[in-house]
Amino acid sequence: MNAVTGRPGRVGESARRIDGAPKTTGEYVYGGDLSAPWMLWGGTLRSPHAAARIRSIDTSEAVGAPGVHAVLTAADVPGRPTFGLEIADQPVLASDEVRYEGEAVALVAADRPERARAALRLIRVEYELLEPLVDMELALDPAARPLHAFGNVLRHVHIARGDLDAAAADVWVSGFYETGMQDQAPLGPEGGLAVPASDGGVDLYVATQWLHVDRQQIAPCLGLPEELVRVTLAGVGGAFGSREDVSVQIHACLLALRTGRPVKMSYGREESFHGHVHRHPSRTWIRYGATRDGKLVAADVRLLLDGGAYASSSPAVLANASTFAAGPYEVPNVRIEGTVVYTNNPPCGAMRGFGAPQVCFAYEAAMDELAEALRLSPLELRLRNVVGHGSALPTGQVLTGSAPVREVIERCRAIPLPPREPPLGRDPLDYPGGAGRANRGEHIRRGVGFAVGFKNVAYSEGFDDAAEATVILSDAPNGPIAAVRTAAVDYGQGLYTVLAQIVRTELGVEDVIVHPATTESGSAGSTSASRQTTMTGGAVLEACRAVRAELAARGGDLTGGPISCTREFHHRPTDQLDAEGQGDIHVSFAFTAQRAVVDVDTELGLVRVVQIAAAQDIGHTINPLGAEGQVEGGTAMGIGYALMEEIQVEAGLIRNPSFTDYLVPTALDVPPIVVDFVEEPEPGAPYGVKGIGELSTVVAAPAIVAALRHATGRTLTRLPVRPDDLLGLRPDSTAHPRAPVPDVPGQQPVPEYAGLELGQQELMKGHE
Amino acid sequence: MTEALRPKTLEEALALRAAHPEATVLAGGTDLMVGVNFGRAEPACLLDLSRLGELTAWARDDNCISVGAGVTFSRISAELDDLTALAEAASTVGSPQIRNRATLGGNIVTASPAGDGIAALAAYDASIVVARHARADRRIPWDEFFLGPKQTALADDELVVAAEWEPVDGPGTFAKVGPRSAMVIAVASICVQLDEQAHDVRIALGSVGPTVLRATRAEQLVTQLDWNDLDERALQEAGALAAADVQPIDDLRGTAAYRRRAVEVLVRRALAWTLAARGKVAA
Amino acid sequence: MIVHLTVDGTTHIVDVDPLRSLATLLRDELGVIAVKNGCEQGECGSCTVWLDDELVCSCLVPAVQADGASVRTAASLANGGLDTVQEAFLDAGAVQCGYCIPGFVVTVADLLERDPHPSEHAVRDALSGNVCRCTGYRKIFAATRLAEARRP
Repeated sequence: MNAVTGRPGRVGESARRIDGAPKTTGEYVYGGDLSAPWMLWGGTLRSPHAAARIRSIDTSEAVGAPGVHAVLTAADVPGRPTFGLEIADQPVLASDEVRYEGEAVALVAADRPERARAALRLIRVEYELLEPLVDMELALDPAARPLHAFGNVLRHVHIARGDLDAAAADVWVSGFYETGMQDQAPLGPEGGLAVPASDGGVDLYVATQWLHVDRQQIAPCLGLPEELVRVTLAGVGGAFGSREDVSVQIHACLLALRTGRPVKMSYGREESFHGHVHRHPSRTWIRYGATRDGKLVAADVRLLLDGGAYASSSPAVLANASTFAAGPYEVPNVRIEGTVVYTNNPPCGAMRGFGAPQVCFAYEAAMDELAEALRLSPLELRLRNVVGHGSALPTGQVLTGSAPVREVIERCRAIPLPPREPPLGRDPLDYPGGAGRANRGEHIRRGVGFAVGFKNVAYSEGFDDAAEATVILSDAPNGPIAAVRTAAVDYGQGLYTVLAQIVRTELGVEDVIVHPATTESGSAGSTSASRQTTMTGGAVLEACRAVRAELAARGGDLTGGPISCTREFHHRPTDQLDAEGQGDIHVSFAFTAQRAVVDVDTELGLVRVVQIAAAQDIGHTINPLGAEGQVEGGTAMGIGYALMEEIQVEAGLIRNPSFTDYLVPTALDVPPIVVDFVEEPEPGAPYGVKGIGELSTVVAAPAIVAALRHATGRTLTRLPVRPDDLLGLRPDSTAHPRAPVPDVPGQQPVPEYAGLELGQQELMKGHE
Repeated sequence: MTEALRPKTLEEALALRAAHPEATVLAGGTDLMVGVNFGRAEPACLLDLSRLGELTAWARDDNCISVGAGVTFSRISAELDDLTALAEAASTVGSPQIRNRATLGGNIVTASPAGDGIAALAAYDASIVVARHARADRRIPWDEFFLGPKQTALADDELVVAAEWEPVDGPGTFAKVGPRSAMVIAVASICVQLDEQAHDVRIALGSVGPTVLRATRAEQLVTQLDWNDLDERALQEAGALAAADVQPIDDLRGTAAYRRRAVEVLVRRALAWTLAARGKVAA
Repeated sequence: MIVHLTVDGTTHIVDVDPLRSLATLLRDELGVIAVKNGCEQGECGSCTVWLDDELVCSCLVPAVQADGASVRTAASLANGGLDTVQEAFLDAGAVQCGYCIPGFVVTVADLLERDPHPSEHAVRDALSGNVCRCTGYRKIFAATRLAEARRP
């Protein structure tokens, strides 16, 4: 695998990526690049239907096809038939029913990739079609067909604080907002290689986000103890949440164990769209009440997320969306009712922002409406209401860490606006529509919009997602060198470079090696939730300090052998939500503000984003260049969310599973992004850092849509905004009656009290 | 395994075409391979035209411009840049990598209503030159060649070898709209060509009907105008006429309502641009 | 069919379906992983290579049209050390997950070979066919200008 060594660069310096050089030459090995002698190619047969009973599966023809070594169905799964991140509700292979288009039904291993594909076409599956349940509001109806034994409400979160009914507001605004299903679209499709081992176990090399939770899901399905399943990280071609759930992992291992040969599985782009979860579509009803002088007194929110066919991380996404739904504002009287339901749509789960982008779109739109109703500038209204250190959130959680929200807003405002451009005679690429050359200066309206957003860092609701790391200091001919062993995943965001910077800084060495991540190291938790610089960074920092102490005890002499220290970093403990949705459930928070400047061709509905100004609360900067890159990349994803990215699902079927029709921003769609960092150290975090990866994706789309509203005067209640919306050809989302509050007995995901086995919660409890 | 026929001359290609009417014809591959890679196309027999030198040339004199079917869009942009309408259309096809492979002939045979090159050919009133083994070439006017989405008048034993048209003296332009700033398949497109000598205008519209269309009533209206005394209201009327005459549909790339609106605006703008460019451009 | 081709200076003879894409031929048959598969539709540019010195998406080139051709990948640029473009990508912070980078490196090197001091328009046009999902492109533009300035 890819071990990496780095050049100098300490904490606070723009260090070059320690894994960068092989990525520029093409030598870096991603999951889909793996190969082994005697390797077979695995393939997956997927359901073409969103909802159907399986009457029969006939594999006889495929079994006899040329080059085919194995054909597996549900009956061939030796262990637990289901898997899942939080709740093991998804079949490894569907046996009696398929609940979404793309659900895995059978597997094939063949000696060549085209033979595997050919064999898949020879498997005969007889389906009895069912009426798919595809509308999230209809799924709330108690009379709707239950997709799982325990019903369609996967989780409901109820948060009540103060007395909403008694809130004395002078002005009320209300709105209804919808967001579409976004895809992470990492450029590297899913891929991995499973190699059967002589001890009856299996070695899996795979692109993922959390090795240990993969193993925890794989092993029971294989009927193996965890120690016989060894997972090693392959190069990861981006993730953004899409690799939080397993894709090829269990399937490749099943085929390898059955055939006794290494089996590679790598998806193409179309299969990738079906093979990972997406960002939850949402509907949010929001109502703010404020006094005449612009102080919020009430927030009343109902939100509904479409979880799709299986749970994935939906319960946690809902908790995030619900707890952030009133915005980063001080509101004394709040009621939030959040629900995530099962439908026959593609499963949704983790994606950069994890529930925060959907509600930010709603609460920031409502705040702009309120500002207009109060005749205040949008920024002024926010400055009068934003939380700060010591503020309480709707959950009652008091912000005990750093919360420089006012400064973030002021610093964003202070970023200069883009330079003026001549109205006529520009490069065609500098007009809305870009390379299509449809505008030469006609009917352009400029708009400016702001958005403020926030998100938690690390896992919540009582999870102790600890991270272990080992630092080894050895003598070498040209001076001491240090190595880091960690199971933490760097999927491109730059963690390994950050870890090397920490080691260089703490141990004063130049050469740092980060060994390939494997399950032979203790769990580092997931690379998600903007948590790894804090968590694994913290573990490496503590391990370095232990190494230093040991070195001092040895009188600075390494001749007695290397010094190796392993440390586990824990964030402060958190609580679960109580019956009223109160609790200290998040570890810490980070805040950001963005200002978007757009040009809109008001006749053609074409948009050019002219500039993004971003100010972000990051605690302490470890790698300035890398931090900027995170903000820029996250912003680009927000531009896509605002203007073009949507998985179009009709009757449960994805209509655009390709990059021809699922459009992501090109180099011509992303404008200059001016980034400013606010550094106010976070207590309890190494060097005072905060996670930075997700925030820009949370606010970019709300800021852009605010700018579009400013330019066009339209309400724009739906993401992504389409040209039709900007021209008034499509009506705004109509607020249905507010979604009912489902009758479920508590704050926990339903299946937990329905007695189903849990996924990553088991891992957490194992650490308690 | 697919059988590959790889002629080196046009004559050889036509003979193979006659013998293998079932063969799928391959030019730059940028359309065919999209289907092959996604398992949507599995031709048993392939006729690869990429080695035919005859198709990769263009020629022009006072009476005729002829562009070989194998000329790529990159070469059109670079070598025929004074043919503004065609060159602008060529420069908006896909990405630089695509334009290095994609050919005018491939665009013609694929016959998508969104074909950028086809819009330019319609504006030039081009004919498609079709060859058949041991027969004389046929020259099929573009509007008789394109019959519907992916449907053409090309017979199973014929090959498209070129497009040709009479040179037109006057400005031309191309524009298209889509939801991002590069690499879009046109949600609606326009190609306008003025003919100074005939005091004529051609307005071709893409992605708003089963084939590329001409906005005939709008053309007639503009032909009657005094081009030296631009009348904004007349241009608006031309846009409205064109919008009334197109036959757009809803699909996952855009709505019929949006396409109709886009036509109205694009017609007005492209006419304004070309009329304003008179005297500045010789094409 | 039997296809002869040269990849980064090495000659290969392979028996493949004539419609096999050059990208999968290179990756799956020849183990050339400097070519990435991102979309199989020519939409992302991850598989960009030079085919007889012309920039192409190798996923859209059928094997039959690669017969007799010379293919160059990002790997060909590094001779002992990284070349100017590759160094510039690292120094500008233009690499995150890196999956798109071999394609971008080839595209930028091609641009600067043809046009040593490209206009802003030329740079944007040249980069429009390569998708990056991590960086938001700003540092890739910066890397392009850095490489331009450093080229001998």
